[in-house]
Amino acid sequence: MADRFVSRGFVGRRRLAEGDQKSRLPPGQYLTRDFPVLSAGPTPHVPLDRWSFTIDGLVREPVSWDWEQFGALPAREWTVDISCVTKWTKLDTIWTGVSVDTLLEHVEIDPTARFVIAYSVGGYTTNLPLTDVINGQAFVAYRYDGASLEPPHGGPARLVVPHLYFWKSAKWVRGLRLVAEDEPGFWESLGYHNRGDPWREERYSGD
Amino acid sequence: MAEPLAWQLATVTAIKPETDRVRTFTLSLPAWRPHRAGQHYDVRLTAEDGYQAQRSYSIASPPTRNGEIDLGIERIEDGEVSPYFHDVLAKGDLVEVRGPIGGYFVWEPGLGGPLLLVAGGSGVVPLMAILRERVATGDRTPVTLLYSSRAIGEVMYRDELERLTGGSNGVRVAHTLTREQPPGWNGYGRRIDGPMLTDMLTGLGAEPLVYICGPTLLVEAAAAGLTDLGVAPARIRTERFGPTT
Amino acid sequence: MDEPLMLDANAVAGELLELFGMDLTPMVHCCANCGNRGPIGTLRAWTYGPGVVLRCSICSEVVVRWARIGSDVRVDLRGAAYLRMAPP
Repeated sequence: MADRFVSRGFVGRRRLAEGDQKSRLPPGQYLTRDFPVLSAGPTPHVPLDRWSFTIDGLVREPVSWDWEQFGALPAREWTVDISCVTKWTKLDTIWTGVSVDTLLEHVEIDPTARFVIAYSVGGYTTNLPLTDVINGQAFVAYRYDGASLEPPHGGPARLVVPHLYFWKSAKWVRGLRLVAEDEPGFWESLGYHNRGDPWREERYSGD
Repeated sequence: MAEPLAWQLATVTAIKPETDRVRTFTLSLPAWRPHRAGQHYDVRLTAEDGYQAQRSYSIASPPTRNGEIDLGIERIEDGEVSPYFHDVLAKGDLVEVRGPIGGYFVWEPGLGGPLLLVAGGSGVVPLMAILRERVATGDRTPVTLLYSSRAIGEVMYRDELERLTGGSNGVRVAHTLTREQPPGWNGYGRRIDGPMLTDMLTGLGAEPLVYICGPTLLVEAAAAGLTDLGVAPARIRTERFGPTT
Repeated sequence: MDEPLMLDANAVAGELLELFGMDLTPMVHCCANCGNRGPIGTLRAWTYGPGVVLRCSICSEVVVRWARIGSDVRVDLRGAAYLRMAPP
């Protein structure tokens, strides 16, 4: 078929961006009404008394927090737009969590550290440049939209890096490992971009 | 197998309501080929701007109807594709399909039995195709269909199922209505559980071949219940319908 | 275990057909992690995401996964010790 067939009257569940919403949509994205749940595997259910978050790798000494300790860290609310590489964007999502800057204050980072591997319960990993998780750009969230973060959306806690495609915002995050050389994570090793900026449509490596 | 299947443009030739939420869509296919009971077609919708959505729907009709197929589609509230089928698509419209697909969730007499078919809601569609195949071929494999629905109004193929049972043809159908039962109801009135599955296994021998299709929770419960009762996992084939879209 | 996103590999039989030119679902695989053997159709499919992941029904490890990368599809079969490709 030379011309692509169009299904008469089909739009889908998407919302149409109106007014200033259009300028907030990265290229190739559409607006979604709901919050799609995407996953590469079974939902882990982590009992809070066994939860921990660790920063390790190229740091002088790794640091870990249990749930209570993590909850005592200074936290704040964030309202951010999020974009998934599967093309949906959701505006004004509201989270509560701890800035990665706050977490990194507790370690001494080796000057050779340039990248971060976020690793999760269940084995998922994703890699990001260190420069993309500092200076207020990333946080570890444990509340979404006024309630505790539910397991299907990554609860008890997930990484959120709103300025990059949402596969970088690792659900069920267990820790961040600082490394000198970039190590492609779960999707990156299949060809997804090592950085993933939606405004530059960095979906695939080589983009 | 012949050359790989391609997408083709099917024409909607009939739309028939089965229950409040399920309709049978008859499609005429330019490149029809006979299918096996249990198989499905993939359906693809494309919007003006190129946005696409794709779903799989089981074939309800027997492979003897040359050139056309029936797909049983339940309208899912807030779904992506099924509301299009129910609310927009009309006779004469075109829809892109690919199939028939699926070499694992299929049955024909050569695969043996006895057969236990467990259906939840519109999961009955491929199992009905299997049951029809069993009857149409004159095969004598004992078959039991356990069909779970929420209420009597949601039961598909009621008359046909009644006609198929009774008599000595080795076909047994049991219904369970999980939310409400009409006055005088003498079928089951609860979710599928161990005792119900034990009843179903009676008369099917030690190693039945099992096909389960429907919502994920039902499929999980039935599969787990059957393995608890000693049915080997390798004898259980499942087709989960997944999240409601 | 309620996993609403989890389907049977049968749900991606069409995509497998497109990728391999044949229906893989009846063909036997061996899980590289736990050694379980069975038809590809028994794998559990995770289809809502940047790619498709097929996991072993026994040990849950990834057996096959793929993603559309640009105009290509990249398939990772490392989770399968082998696939028994039956003659047509």
